Amino acid sequence: MAILSKEETKKILEKVIGFSKADGIEANLNGNDGGNIRYARNSVSTSGEDSNVSLNVQSYFGKKVGNASINEFDDASLEKVVRRSEELAKLAPENPEFMEPLAQQTYGAEPKTFIESTAKITPEYRAQAAADSILPASKKDITAAGFLEDSRGFGSLMNNKGAFAYNKSTGVDFTVTMRSNDGTGSGWVARNFNDVSKLNTAEASAIAMEKALQSRNAKAIEPGKYTVILEPNAAADLLGLMLFAMNARQADEGRSFLSKKGGGTKLGEKIVDERVNIYTDPWHEEVPTGNWAGNGLARKRMDLIKNGTVANMIYDRYWASQKNTEPTPFPGNRIMEGGTASIEDMIKDTKRGVLVTRFWYIRAVDPQTLLYTGLTRDGTFYIENGKIKHPIKNFRFNESPIIMLNNLETLGKQMRVASGGGPGGGGSSLIPAVKIRDFTFSSLSDAV
Amino acid sequence: MKRRDFIQLAGMSAGALALPFSSYANDVDIAHMLTPLLDTSQKKQLADVALNTAKGLGATYTDVRIGRYLNQFVTTRERKVQGVTNTESFGVGIRVIANGTWGFAASNNVTPDGIKKTTERAVAIAKANSKFQKEPVKLATTPSYGEVSWKTPIVKNGFEVPVKEKVDLLLAANAKALEKGASFVNSIMFLVNEQKYFASSEGSYIDQDIHRTWPNFQVSMVDRQSGSFKTRAAFSAPVGMGYEYLDGKSEDKIAGPGGIVLYNKSYDMIEDATMAAEQAKQMIAAKSVEPGKYDLMLEPSHLWLTIHESVGHPTELDRVLGYEANFAGTSFLTLDKWKTKNFKFGSEIVNFVADKTQVGSLGNVGYDDEGVKCKSWDLIKDGVLVNYQAIRDQVNIIDQKESHGCCYSQSWSDVQFQRMANVSLQPGKQPLTPDQMVSGIEKGIYIVKDGSFSIDQQRYNFQFGGVLFFEIKNGKIEGMLKDVAYQANTQEFWNSCSQICDERDYRMNGAFNDGKGQPSQSNAVSHGSATARFNGVNVINTGRTI
Repeated sequence: MAILSKEETKKILEKVIGFSKADGIEANLNGNDGGNIRYARNSVSTSGEDSNVSLNVQSYFGKKVGNASINEFDDASLEKVVRRSEELAKLAPENPEFMEPLAQQTYGAEPKTFIESTAKITPEYRAQAAADSILPASKKDITAAGFLEDSRGFGSLMNNKGAFAYNKSTGVDFTVTMRSNDGTGSGWVARNFNDVSKLNTAEASAIAMEKALQSRNAKAIEPGKYTVILEPNAAADLLGLMLFAMNARQADEGRSFLSKKGGGTKLGEKIVDERVNIYTDPWHEEVPTGNWAGNGLARKRMDLIKNGTVANMIYDRYWASQKNTEPTPFPGNRIMEGGTASIEDMIKDTKRGVLVTRFWYIRAVDPQTLLYTGLTRDGTFYIENGKIKHPIKNFRFNESPIIMLNNLETLGKQMRVASGGGPGGGGSSLIPAVKIRDFTFSSLSDAV
Repeated sequence: MKRRDFIQLAGMSAGALALPFSSYANDVDIAHMLTPLLDTSQKKQLADVALNTAKGLGATYTDVRIGRYLNQFVTTRERKVQGVTNTESFGVGIRVIANGTWGFAASNNVTPDGIKKTTERAVAIAKANSKFQKEPVKLATTPSYGEVSWKTPIVKNGFEVPVKEKVDLLLAANAKALEKGASFVNSIMFLVNEQKYFASSEGSYIDQDIHRTWPNFQVSMVDRQSGSFKTRAAFSAPVGMGYEYLDGKSEDKIAGPGGIVLYNKSYDMIEDATMAAEQAKQMIAAKSVEPGKYDLMLEPSHLWLTIHESVGHPTELDRVLGYEANFAGTSFLTLDKWKTKNFKFGSEIVNFVADKTQVGSLGNVGYDDEGVKCKSWDLIKDGVLVNYQAIRDQVNIIDQKESHGCCYSQSWSDVQFQRMANVSLQPGKQPLTPDQMVSGIEKGIYIVKDGSFSIDQQRYNFQFGGVLFFEIKNGKIEGMLKDVAYQANTQEFWNSCSQICDERDYRMNGAFNDGKGQPSQSNAVSHGSATARFNGVNVINTGRTI
């Protein structure tokens, strides 16, 4: 029963709200059917399916809040979970930051997040997708390791103030690592779609195999500051961390990269190159996402960085009420405007630089400057006089996305990338390849 | 607080590590949590349904895990309670070998009918996947233990401690930090209880009751004028203990560098929060480090994470073999290095032991999640790589007959696989205190508590930060430093280990949330050590201006 329709969820949620004896109630009914297949050493290692529908009920008395959840949906169970949430609310300590549920919101048109073909993925499809990756690898003295995960799900919310929201979505994530059997070359490709008909694991695997072969016998070059061409997945990793840190409360409290010396925030100030434009838009054709955030707020197109300037920060409802401003729905996707240059164009235009396929193990070093460290992985190449000269050993970097976006040289073509959290789970991003000058590589790694 | 909000909050402070939540967990009340759902005879009857069904369908091996996973989080900030969350996840996971291939299925329908259907799915998946199987699974033998049980040796069950007591403790700790001038404080009490019943077609029926406790806080100091801020994390450890960890006994307090207090087998949260505020101020005012080579003194609350990343992970056999190539990565400790029997992982004083039996550790259980009795074994002996961490279907690859007993699943709904045991650096054999170590260092940095961390996918190159950094000059501790991170190559680093304090200084720390696998699963693991010295390590300055 995992995918309930809008009408079915409404019927259940209306019953739940009807059972309430508290000051107020809000309920979320969510469901997901998922499947996955994992392979390594050119053989399937694990695969499985899971299915779950869960009802979470939040009741409150004043500022005392209780949550309870259940996965049975007969009337007696629905009443039981409401009563349990009320009992928990009565016992709970007061939460001074609790916000009463929202009144009915106006949501825009339903984004095209649910694609029938993805909803119908079978175990046979997954096995074939893995075989399309494994078989070509085994013919080329390469070892394939990959993971395909698909999901179809719905989310809904209703409260006693009249709000009702519903969305359903599908998603598929595919990643593959190809390693040459001599252990000196490695390539990686990732794909993320709502519509599985856009996924071709053989095509993606061929690119990863090519990178594995091309990256064999990498040479060491000195660490230092280099011009880099970051493929979209590499760029997205660092940009995503910056966008996730745009919390207004932390900025106001003085503990954010958006806090200003002497007090106040950098809202409205230029922090990066003026060609940088990043926004969220639930209806974007390439990266559609739900038209409401988890707390019921209606999502809309919203600028985050406009012409290099901080256009919006993320206010939760409590903090917005303290600051007399509008709350911000948490973005479900992120779109960075790109350019027309292909990666090949950017390479042609580079005298001396490094092409980065992806980054790995990125961790915060200093939240004040958004300094991160991490490493290149699975295909790092030295560029000289407009051509890829040879593969190079991986580097550790220490860099801030703010410094990086101030050193922007060229914006390339956009590509859809996963933002983490499984297919559809963490939302998707549309991010361009970027060429950056003076990117800081601080040491060498022997890892392949 | 709703669970997703907690995940977001915890995610912000803990980085992008997997958090130990099951997607199937329900919010429940305490009375329900404290009431047993099934007794062992009922669990045995249900498990036998799976064992018999699978056998009838041609499975050559079956194991069943009926699991009830309870979590409690109490979260506060400054003088406010943000939330009290109690969750329960209950279900069954069934793993079979059919046609020489693994199959796994799980369900929250823990009835004879539900278990029968789940078993049928597991066998069907095994048979479907056997098309791609190159060689049949070979399981190392393990004794049949019959009906046995094991419990974490706790003194006080944290779930039985009233929520009010936990709220009062957290708010009291917050208040002390605020009184001392802290700008912000977040604190949390996190309790875990895994009630696991394991049965296998080989005749073991194992009932286990496992407890873990983790009090934690972050005290932040903001200097608006300079626009800088620093956060001092709690000096607590996540532990395989009950609520007695919060007793803060005087014998468990240790005098650290610069007058700080560190903790061993119990923790004084209020004292630590008080000191944290003072130290956060000093962290802002500290001198920015001059980059270069230093002798590092790494204290156990810091060194555990370096051990975890640079020793624990590369000695996992599934990584060595390539099963994690697409995600966590492989390992530089390849089989050919192990086969030489003289691969110098570290200096001669470096000894690492993997151990699932250490009392108070996060990895301590009686039996692992495939019914193997837990033990301890050497990984690095006198600096040489001597063994890996391996489970039943892998030990044959390293010509061993007995599983190491380190198979784990985060939940009934996830398939079990090789997970890290507690991997610990053995204390030095010569009497040596941290003070004596300081006195022998000309130019060094004494690092307390884990901070930023990053390592490559084969575990060669790493970078670690910390929380407190004390400069050592000519055998004496000078003031505090900031902007410190060290970078090294794993093998060079452990070969530069020149001194290890003796067992009096041995302590454990660890994590609830070591992530591995696709879909990702969390594992709780501890790492013990005494303070150790590493000569001539490269230190960088991480200060920037944006």
